[in-house]
Amino acid sequence: MEPPQLGLIEQSFNSRYSNWAREALDELPDNFTITDPCISGHPIVFASRGFLKMSGYSRDQVVGRNGRMFQGPNTCRRSVMEIREAIREERGVEISLLNYRKDGTPFWMLFRMAPVFGKDEGRVIHFVAVQVPILRRRQRRRNGEGLCGEILSNSCRREVCSSSSVELAGVSAADSDCRVQAMEGSVWQHVDNYVFPKDCKPLDGFQLISFLQFALVLFTSLEIEEKCEASDTEKQLAATAISNVLSVLTHYSESTGRLVCEKRFGPSLVSSSLHISLGRIKQSFVLVDPHLPDIPIVYASDAFLRMTGYARNEVLGQNCRFLTGVDTDPSALHQIKQSIQAQQACSVRILHYRKDKSSFWNLLHISPVRNATGKIAYFVGVQIEEGSVDRHGLSPEMRQLSVVGSIKVAVRSSSMSYSIH
Amino acid sequence: MMLRIKRVPTVVSNYQKDEGEDAARRGGGCGRNCLQKCCIPGAKLPLYTFKRAEEIPGDKCVLEHDDNQAPVAFLDSLLLGQWEDRMQRGLFRYDVTACETKVIPGRCGFMAQLNEGRHLKKRPTEFRVDKVLQPFDGNKFNFTKVGQEEVLFQFDASEDGEVQFFPDAPVDADSSPSVVAINVSPIEYGHVLLIPRILECLPQRIDRESFLLALYMAIEAGNPYFRLGYNSLGAFATINHLHFQAYYLAVPFPIEKAPTRKVTTLGDGVKISELFDYPVRGLVFEGGNTLQDLSNAVSDACIFLQDNNIPHNVLIADCGKRIFLLPQQALGEVSSELLDTQVNPAVWEISGHMVLKRKKDYEEASEENAWRLLAEVSLSEERFEEVKALIFEACSYTLSEKEDEHLTQGAGDDKPPLEGTGSINKGRNCNMVSGTQECLVLQ
Repeated sequence: MEPPQLGLIEQSFNSRYSNWAREALDELPDNFTITDPCISGHPIVFASRGFLKMSGYSRDQVVGRNGRMFQGPNTCRRSVMEIREAIREERGVEISLLNYRKDGTPFWMLFRMAPVFGKDEGRVIHFVAVQVPILRRRQRRRNGEGLCGEILSNSCRREVCSSSSVELAGVSAADSDCRVQAMEGSVWQHVDNYVFPKDCKPLDGFQLISFLQFALVLFTSLEIEEKCEASDTEKQLAATAISNVLSVLTHYSESTGRLVCEKRFGPSLVSSSLHISLGRIKQSFVLVDPHLPDIPIVYASDAFLRMTGYARNEVLGQNCRFLTGVDTDPSALHQIKQSIQAQQACSVRILHYRKDKSSFWNLLHISPVRNATGKIAYFVGVQIEEGSVDRHGLSPEMRQLSVVGSIKVAVRSSSMSYSIH
Repeated sequence: MMLRIKRVPTVVSNYQKDEGEDAARRGGGCGRNCLQKCCIPGAKLPLYTFKRAEEIPGDKCVLEHDDNQAPVAFLDSLLLGQWEDRMQRGLFRYDVTACETKVIPGRCGFMAQLNEGRHLKKRPTEFRVDKVLQPFDGNKFNFTKVGQEEVLFQFDASEDGEVQFFPDAPVDADSSPSVVAINVSPIEYGHVLLIPRILECLPQRIDRESFLLALYMAIEAGNPYFRLGYNSLGAFATINHLHFQAYYLAVPFPIEKAPTRKVTTLGDGVKISELFDYPVRGLVFEGGNTLQDLSNAVSDACIFLQDNNIPHNVLIADCGKRIFLLPQQALGEVSSELLDTQVNPAVWEISGHMVLKRKKDYEEASEENAWRLLAEVSLSEERFEEVKALIFEACSYTLSEKEDEHLTQGAGDDKPPLEGTGSINKGRNCNMVSGTQECLVLQ
């Protein structure tokens, strides 16, 4: 999947918050990311220094990508689903999650996410996600053996499971039991000292004994259990971090005039969950609302903007007639109008004009789209430039219909939850 | 003595008639453009071929589109487009998007839909439901009798390891094609039927190859809201011709949200958990070193259940990453009150999606009602423990040929869960990992 253009990413941040915002965020010690659900693919638009250090990636490798890049085979699918649903419902969530660093090592962290609402739009414009690594406490003793016994038995397991230090560091998907060995005391005061498996040495009996004897080397790796509860301290850290980031964002949005806030303000036109679903569709299309005066566009895909040459803020709220021009056939327009009134689908071949006044033949398909109430909520218009070819060999008609289908599913489903309204 | 219930089945094809009418028609060539010998020669349908997992390095294929934020996968696109096309051609009995639907308030999030047109108004047909395995009966309706316009595309593994799409491929009877067809009484948008090796006329029973095909479909669609379901005979399957169902609903299903308790990990890496705090008792399969391992674990469990006449439902969710297996009570033990409501607790209902035909039922739908309805068909705790243990034996037995004895001992243990964590003794998992197992280095 191609990442969205850097321009869009930059704009997502810069159009909202003044230049000083980045500096202020960079001064925070916390690990966090900021994502934009309105950009196709719901990418990260900002990653804190702490986050990059924790995950082992550089800024370029993270900005523009989706958060799933940090998930892996042992990440609990139910937890992923919970996060996905929180995004869909435009609310916050706090959950323990297993993530993977760049070197492939897994680590548990407390994931706390909060929505940021745009005051004008009344919908979510960003999500802030804070990640607090979960420290492991000293292992409980089992079967009357001491810590020594645990370490030895664990090392045996490790040797069975891996044969090189590379593999040791890159904890495998299949091997799901690597134990935590942690030293108590002052070592734990250093936030940085948890979970650095690359510092681990391959274990054999001799090295283990010297480790025990000298207790110099801090060796930790995490047990990948089903669950890993965060402590109250860690939860507090997460709460503070979220609060810090949100303060910075609200403060620095004042100077751009495009205020943000932590709570939704006013009704929303198209919910961010619908935005996310619609963002998956790569073709050109618009959604118009037949219940509002002059049937304005309430959503326009990136492909539509590219095809017509307009910016998003130039088309939202406008009736589609701006696409027509001197040579547009009035009977085609009439046919469209009639279909909308009859609440039926139709296909027309119509001459449309781009922003730069050049014209193109548009194979336009229009269809009513119902929401969960069963009533029509929008009409969708799918545009195909005559002569364009689909790499899969689908006909223009089939391509249009697949867009209509995806949109019907998205609109119906996103309006089902009573909690959204 | 045979157990029968009189139920009103739903019509899945416009060509599904009463047996009587069918018999009369069976005489000569049908002229209906069906999928039988009379019409297959020269028939053409789109063909989608998927790449098999072993042809892809690592588990890249599984992680590629596994999100509601990744671009719409091509199979997803194809299926939705073809479905919308049939909508506009009027092949469905009603517009399902015009049916009101809602999430019932409560912590589970059961979904209800008011659908007055789904059920037939005709006289009910009889259907033997006390036997999970019944031989295929060519006299009854089967999917070779559907019109080709109801078939969306053929779906098979590619021969050369590449995902390919042919808009107009001949239907080659010798290659035993599998197809995806519409359900003309859809529960939701995109409701289709996956019919493995349709021309072989397999009865409704799971086999390893067919289940793997269903799993591939979930993966290829790459959409966590596109789920596949299977009903065995006796668990409210309506047609004894092997098929899976699937549709789109972009909200989480209550069963997916239900908490789970890990029970065991098989030697091939398949993790099995059980549902708790959910009206129906069932197992969840995840993981596996390879896709085949996961698929085979579930298939083997189903094969065990069907061989032992235990009706069951299967839900493939989360792009094939989580598979739910739910054994059901034998129908003879279900209350007649339930059977009369005509809400058949099949896989979708058990997963938390109820279709109601009366406005009154829809308006009064509540979490307690839904819970009670589903709890009726669940196995009792005792019986579930029995069945669970037998399933593990069945799964481990097929593995024991490859693994060392260390492993099967672990599988047979029945240690109680740890307090608080709800997971079975970690020691058991340690035993499960055999020394011969390879570790995969993450890419």
